[in-house]
Amino acid sequence: MTETVPSLIPKSEPIDYSSTNNESQPLLTIRDLRVHFYTLRGTVYALEGVNLDVQKEETMGIVGETGCGKSITARAVLRLIDPPGKIVSGTVEFDGQELLNLHPKEMRRIRGKRISMIMQEPRMSLNPVIRVGNQVAETLLIHESDLSPSAARKKAEEMLQSVGIPDAGKMSKRYPHELSGGMAQRVMIAMMLVTRPKLLIADEPTSALDVTIQAQIIDLMNDLVHELQSSVMMISHDLGVVAETCDRVAVMYAGSVVEQGRVEDVLHNPRHPYTKGLLRTLPDNASENEDLYSIKGNVPSLFMPQQQCRFAPRCEFSQERCFQEIPGSYQVGNNHSAACFLHENGI
Amino acid sequence: MPAYLLKRLISLIFTIAGIAVVTFFISLVVPLDPLAAIAGPQAPQETVERLRVLYGFDQPLYVQFGHYVSRLSEGNLGMSFQTGRPVLDDIIQFFPATLELATIALIISIVSGITLGVFSAVYRNSWIDHFARVFSLIGVSMPVFWLGLVLMLIFYFKLDWLPEPGRLDIMLIEPERVTGFLLMDSLIAQDWEVFYDALMHLILPGSVLGLFGLAGIARIVRSSMLDVLSQEYVKTARIKGLAEHLVIVRHALRNALVPTVTVIGLTYGGLLEGSVLTETIFSWPGLGRYLTTAFLTLDLNAIVGGTMLVAMSYSLVNLVVDLLYAYLNPKISLDGEGSLS
Repeated sequence: MTETVPSLIPKSEPIDYSSTNNESQPLLTIRDLRVHFYTLRGTVYALEGVNLDVQKEETMGIVGETGCGKSITARAVLRLIDPPGKIVSGTVEFDGQELLNLHPKEMRRIRGKRISMIMQEPRMSLNPVIRVGNQVAETLLIHESDLSPSAARKKAEEMLQSVGIPDAGKMSKRYPHELSGGMAQRVMIAMMLVTRPKLLIADEPTSALDVTIQAQIIDLMNDLVHELQSSVMMISHDLGVVAETCDRVAVMYAGSVVEQGRVEDVLHNPRHPYTKGLLRTLPDNASENEDLYSIKGNVPSLFMPQQQCRFAPRCEFSQERCFQEIPGSYQVGNNHSAACFLHENGI
Repeated sequence: MPAYLLKRLISLIFTIAGIAVVTFFISLVVPLDPLAAIAGPQAPQETVERLRVLYGFDQPLYVQFGHYVSRLSEGNLGMSFQTGRPVLDDIIQFFPATLELATIALIISIVSGITLGVFSAVYRNSWIDHFARVFSLIGVSMPVFWLGLVLMLIFYFKLDWLPEPGRLDIMLIEPERVTGFLLMDSLIAQDWEVFYDALMHLILPGSVLGLFGLAGIARIVRSSMLDVLSQEYVKTARIKGLAEHLVIVRHALRNALVPTVTVIGLTYGGLLEGSVLTETIFSWPGLGRYLTTAFLTLDLNAIVGGTMLVAMSYSLVNLVVDLLYAYLNPKISLDGEGSLS
């Protein structure tokens, strides 16, 4: 029988997200967000308590593999979860306003005006039967009732020009199928930023584009966002893009955030076993003769509610406890946290 | 666009010429002697032979065909055996009534078909959806003559909400004939009583006929709306902060209308011909009734004239559908390569 040695380091408590401890109020605060999908085959526990902050004028990256809940988190912020999905609980506070219990009419005033979103497939995201200029103008007309249609169209043209569309007057009369993917994404950006929103959600904005155009689009987005002093929630599975553009990053796994912190901390000094594994899978990190690393095991089924650390079955460091309790989020550095019992004892 | 229109109109002329040839030969293979029908069952053989000479049926086939073609090229459809008047005059008299009825029926089926289709797509698998399905099933499967009679029994005979069969109350005097459409003529004459009465007379036959087209339209609207509503651009419209009814009408429905237009065009053609039964039941003095009588009495010239008219309407409706299709779907350019023609 081993004697329990009293630890010299005081046990650190999991971060209590319910208390407002931050020095400056974040623009967006997501707390314990749960989204479930009630399908015929059973309930999918897609988001199981997501905690996330986006500070003012910062670019927050969200990374994780397909199906981990990145896009659902983004859509939940806008309260646009398609049935059979439902936001079950949690809070989403934006600029001091709780969004989840807002009247649908009030919520519509936030969408497109204060929070906008750019999607992955620009050409599928534009209405094929409406001229692109009118689609940009529509965003303005929805939110500025005193604007005349012709004035809105004029402003839309100016916006198209400022996203680098040549001959904007002529291009605004084009239909989406007449544009290239890069041009369409510029239109999308114009459409979503023309109302000068405070938060832009970019859901894999470059994944569907040519590699040569990706950088241009990212640069364009960054420039505009800086000009507008807006924040960005950048969803991506491309760690390169995240490293280049984001100030902070949150790593998601199977419906919750496992690690969150400044980009340089998380990417260079990952603390959660999943983040470590994720970074090891990058081809750049493998030496020449070595096989590409992959995290063993499979992504867990989301048909069960979370009762343990969802990464535990694949984790090299898992202990008995990991299969019995859900780990809280522990501070592992300045503005850096990880949801893993390994860090229960602090840094 | 004008070049395309010209091309289509020229091809329309060829279509009509083709139809004229085909109908001529079809009328030849009818295994009955139209002259016997004109002369009557008791007529002696020499009367029939005299008629044969009179109508030129004794001539060799190529001479008959030559006459037929030269007659048609002058716009002469020949004389009707049953009315003893030029077929063209008959058509001008009877066709507007049919066109008016079919148009009202089309409006009824478009408005109700699109409404039903949109609601059943938006509230998919709800009671609205089930109701729409049952309703359009009734629409296609109820025989027109039965439904017409039942509705007449209820709304005219029992409830007396709607007027008797026919186009107009017999106590009312028809306004001066300008277009042949009672609704328009009464508007031109500013005769509101006639306008109201004519409209009331149109409701029952229009609904019975419209129910026939409703099912097809509702079904295609529902399925294309379901397809469109799951598209990314509908999500974009919501992200922009647009109210849901505008998302549906402005962004989804406009896209869903593209496949619907084709069905509407076919429906209109079907309504023009399909009015035969409705016209018979509702004593509607239209082309359907005229043609039924023509078929029953083997009135060849009337049959050929009517067939050509229906075929021509079909072609025109198709042209309009193609133009509308191009208007609704910017991916289709009418003049450039890959055009529709």
